[in-house]
Amino acid sequence: MISYYMKLALLSLKRNPLLSGLMVLAIGLGVGACMTIITVNYLMSADPIPQKSDQLFYVQVDSWDPHESRDERNLPPDQLTWTDATNLMAAKRAYRQAAMASSGGVVEPADADAKPFNASIRLTYQDFFAMFEVPFLYGSPWSAEDDANERQVVVLSKAMNDKIFGGSDSTGQTLRITGNLFTVAGVLDHWQPVPRFYDLTTGAFNTSEDLFMPLSLKMPLELDSSGNVNCWKEPEEPGFKGFLLSECVNFQMWVELPDAGDKAEYQAFLNNYVNTQKELGRFPRPLNNRLSDVMQWMEIQEVVADDARIMLWLSFMFLAVCLLNTIALLLAKFSAKAPEIGLRRAIGASRKEVFIQHLLEAGSIGLLGGLLGLALALLGLQGVGALYGEFADNLTSLDLPLVLLALLLALIASLLAGLYPTWRACQVNPSQQLKSQ
Amino acid sequence: MLKMQHISKVFRTDLVATHALRDFCLEVAEGEFISVTGPSGSGKTTFLNIAGLLETFDQGQYFLDDEDISHLSDNARSRLRNEKIGFIFQSFNLIPDLNLFDNVDVPLRYRKMPASERKQRIETSLETVCLASRSKHLPSQLSGGQQQRVAIARALAGQPRFLLADEPTGNLDSAMAASVLDLLKEINAAGTTIIMVTHDPVLAEQTDRQIYVRDGQISNIASTGQLAEARLVSGA
Repeated sequence: MISYYMKLALLSLKRNPLLSGLMVLAIGLGVGACMTIITVNYLMSADPIPQKSDQLFYVQVDSWDPHESRDERNLPPDQLTWTDATNLMAAKRAYRQAAMASSGGVVEPADADAKPFNASIRLTYQDFFAMFEVPFLYGSPWSAEDDANERQVVVLSKAMNDKIFGGSDSTGQTLRITGNLFTVAGVLDHWQPVPRFYDLTTGAFNTSEDLFMPLSLKMPLELDSSGNVNCWKEPEEPGFKGFLLSECVNFQMWVELPDAGDKAEYQAFLNNYVNTQKELGRFPRPLNNRLSDVMQWMEIQEVVADDARIMLWLSFMFLAVCLLNTIALLLAKFSAKAPEIGLRRAIGASRKEVFIQHLLEAGSIGLLGGLLGLALALLGLQGVGALYGEFADNLTSLDLPLVLLALLLALIASLLAGLYPTWRACQVNPSQQLKSQ
Repeated sequence: MLKMQHISKVFRTDLVATHALRDFCLEVAEGEFISVTGPSGSGKTTFLNIAGLLETFDQGQYFLDDEDISHLSDNARSRLRNEKIGFIFQSFNLIPDLNLFDNVDVPLRYRKMPASERKQRIETSLETVCLASRSKHLPSQLSGGQQQRVAIARALAGQPRFLLADEPTGNLDSAMAASVLDLLKEINAAGTTIIMVTHDPVLAEQTDRQIYVRDGQISNIASTGQLAEARLVSGA
């Protein structure tokens, strides 16, 4: 019977193409607007590393001003000082750990004809790659010895390797960066976590860096500091070293703690560390150390902005308005079909059969509306991309679950819109309809 | 086969109650061809609607094949309509988007019959009304008489125990009307019971039994004079 009802639905759509088109358009507009906003919200709030997001913890210790909290929510600073980052790394108390910082520098390709260019750099530790499951195309991460011995090694992003080495296996080759010669340890495959959770302080939706190199090189090579630098008091010594040894925060740190016991142990270690530092005259504030897993950290950092949430509600309200219009149009359509419904009831259709037939008709309108909505959502996402530029590039693509969600949303919306008109259609009195013919 | 005992039906509005049928009693035996006449507003159509299970009634009892249908659910009434009753309407009531084959198919669809059996029944029905060659045509491509034949084919396809015809020739010229009546006679001769509401005394006289309805009651077996009176009153 379902195929028969579908055939009747298509005939009914063809019977009044203008009315059918208006309904498809109403649902398409509502679904398109909703899906545009849902997609942005979904990608903003998606778990970027679901297989282990509950085992990765962002480290915060409260080294801030004794008289004023860093944050109105009394959260610790969102970054670490150089001193704390390097001390915690040296302690090696987690299964894996990686302090890191954002930097940048000039790359001078070996080809004399190629112009030097600026590249973004992530300074970090060897564990970064295993901890975040970063895929390698060639080579491997540098070693722990490279970190410890401040060796000038670099891992290139795929795009950077394509640009400098034409996509070939460049491991072992040398490259001049910031005036220093680096050896390529490895080349990444495409890697762009969305959101870019490992450093939310410099933008949750920025692209991942061009180059990765040991953080231990920062002091000897005096590598630039980029990203956010926040200080609650002036550095006590001038110069680069003075900055590094100050209470200014510019470094992030993640640890991998496979189970709850590991987390409790690391939390105790952090508290113990801060208490030791207090004895040295640092950390004037009460103990306030935090370990936040990936999703908690994204929540704290408000990756999904409030205005995006408001837009989501507005888009659902718009869908509701579109549905009200669809209900009105369906009422008009089904009212016009009353004589046929009366006839079908007279010659044997039960109310249930009339109900299913017309609900399927509403559903088929919904599916067509869903397809139109998908096309409109793609247009809408392109609009978002054009409006926000590179920032939104990673937020404006529809994946299979979102496509299915759009069709499901359209189907549910149209079935909801169809319920009342369909119920009305079932109330048609056949004798009245046949008499009025 | 059909037995109505003291059936009453009142249509009520806020202002007025209209007695469409009052104390209406009728028995129809299997294989009969009955005509129902009477002036407009006499209750003919209400009787036909109740007989066809399209309307409920307020009082009395109605037995169809010895089954008391007074308290049947809406679903059960739909099923009975589908299986036992065929309808023929004055204005044919064909579905304009469906071709003849699909129009005749409609009642069979609700019987959940295998496709091969439906096809065979549809073809047989269309052959009976001499329209098998036009099964892919739309109703709008046929004359009024042909459309009524399709409606008869649709009613026949379900192989009903009885046919209810409401002014089946009302929209046809006399030649087409005669042809449709001949067809109904053939169907009746094959064993189907027919109840036909008509204003036309000439048609009524050709049936086995004529019933004259007035003020919601069977007046008596109609005479030719009453049929003529009915024609005058109704303006037919």
